[in-house]
Amino acid sequence: MRISRPATLTLRTVALVYLGVLVALPIGLILLRTFEDGFGAFWEQVTTPAAISALSLSLVIVAIVVPLNVVFGVATALALVRGRFRGRGVVQAIVDLPFAVSPIVVGASLILLWGAEGWFGFVEDTGFKVIFALPGMVLATIFVTLPFVVREVEPVLHEIGEEQEQAAATLGASRWQTFWRVTLPAIRWGLTYGVVLTVARALGEFGAVIMVSAGVAGESQTLTLLVHSRYIDDHNEFGAYAASTTLMFLAIVTLLLMTVLDRKRHSA
Amino acid sequence: MTPHAPTVDDRDGDLPDPTDAAPAIVAESHEIAVTGLNKHYGDYHALRDVDLTIPGGSLTALLGPSGSGKSTLLRAVAGLEVPDAGTVLIGGQDVTFVPPQRREIGFVFQHYAAFKHLTVRGNVGFGPRIRKRPKAEIDRRVDELLEIVGLAGYQERYPSQLSGGQRQRMALARALAVEPRVLLLDEPFGALDAKVRDDLRQWMRRLQAETGVTTVLVTHDQEEALDVADHVAVLAEGRIEQWGTPREVYDRPANDFVKSFLGPTAVLRGELVRPHDLVLSHEAADGAVPVTVRRVVHLGFEVRVELDDAEAAGDGDLSAQLTRGEAARLDLEPGGRVYVRAT
Repeated sequence: MRISRPATLTLRTVALVYLGVLVALPIGLILLRTFEDGFGAFWEQVTTPAAISALSLSLVIVAIVVPLNVVFGVATALALVRGRFRGRGVVQAIVDLPFAVSPIVVGASLILLWGAEGWFGFVEDTGFKVIFALPGMVLATIFVTLPFVVREVEPVLHEIGEEQEQAAATLGASRWQTFWRVTLPAIRWGLTYGVVLTVARALGEFGAVIMVSAGVAGESQTLTLLVHSRYIDDHNEFGAYAASTTLMFLAIVTLLLMTVLDRKRHSA
Repeated sequence: MTPHAPTVDDRDGDLPDPTDAAPAIVAESHEIAVTGLNKHYGDYHALRDVDLTIPGGSLTALLGPSGSGKSTLLRAVAGLEVPDAGTVLIGGQDVTFVPPQRREIGFVFQHYAAFKHLTVRGNVGFGPRIRKRPKAEIDRRVDELLEIVGLAGYQERYPSQLSGGQRQRMALARALAVEPRVLLLDEPFGALDAKVRDDLRQWMRRLQAETGVTTVLVTHDQEEALDVADHVAVLAEGRIEQWGTPREVYDRPANDFVKSFLGPTAVLRGELVRPHDLVLSHEAADGAVPVTVRRVVHLGFEVRVELDDAEAAGDGDLSAQLTRGEAARLDLEPGGRVYVRAT
């Protein structure tokens, strides 16, 4: 079918306007507002103690969540692809659960489990605070980012098959050596892509984290929580825009990384 | 995945003379003995009481249709499958419960199983590196083996830059690099083009004869088995139907299955015969069956004569294979009457 020139132009315009109004305009507006008083004003807002604390807390959470998700995500993917055990279907469903469950529900359920009244409430009695502290925020972030590494690594494991691993075994490599020298290099791009998705989601998570954070500025706020509190509680609109821009900057870096890696993955 | 660009000639014309390999690969001849081997996959009985002794230094083919258990048997020897019952001995040592890592075997897969992220050097040197050999020694060994398999100068290439035949030769060099006691090949030429397959097969045969390493080859191609092997084990439904030299299994098949699997057959009054064992004549003789010529097909040197036996309807195909001279002498025409008997 050939589409006439006016029809093509109309379609393009509609698509561009749609993207423009729904995506580019809001983001552009925030950028505009952030920098309308110059870079200095922006810098002042993102270097306040509260902002620096929020940025570092966000990064600390990422730094804890990523290694955990890599180790357990790869292990889960290996079990799902290579293992033969009952209840694989159940594990598959559990891995997908975080995609389906609303983050706010995740937060609420964590409070139910780890809160003072919860099943694991005894942990808090020992003085180790989980809910309304860093461990709770980490748990919430792990929950929402759990599927990414598993779901990126799984198809790659399927694709490479077991023969390379078996060949390594016949050549004398132990399971551990085979994993490091054969399996891991083969899944590296899938794994990296899963990590990038995890980072992006961990930085941007709000619903699950706000439920389990004490929300004290300069102490227990992540970047997303800072944006929220500056806007709602402090009525500091400009500060909220500046923090948003910082988040967006991190997101764009991650997105660029993702595009580059995706290209690399497909050509690997 | 980048599409595979054959940067080199796919035909393996650059295979070196394997007689040069003798000093590089010094193999002792280890016998493989399998007794009472059984393997189930759920309800599927893949191996049924398999007993087999493969003489040290021989090239043995495990021949059978798909699902006959030939690959399972090979993988059990390699330790890649654990049998439900039975024992596996390599060089007199019971390895039934020894993991593949410590069986000192070389295994070659149908689809090469190349380590895609490693260069040819990395692939071939994998085993020695696992064994923590000094780097200089590994490099020397790799160069030596690549020379033997005709891949000298390909050290720094990646598997994706090699043709199928070259990848399989790299896989062979990789397997030989660990100085295996036995070499196990699972349909090693199955994924290659006919021409490459033939060249590599002959070369493999000569390399084996030169080095004397006990070699087991799994194949579903009876021509390949008869062509290269000293001994052939014919398998069907998890059992060994016959074991012998290519000549024995072809000329004196143990049963109809072996007979029909090893070559073309015709059915004469319920009996399975080879088409080239049928003799046609215009004179009635003892045991000769009167038949009608349906069709005469000229296939170069040989002539296939398709026959109809009115007495034996639906028994199976009855075709005789004659030389061109014989066919000319008999002057066969479709519809003509002729007598056929088996020699």
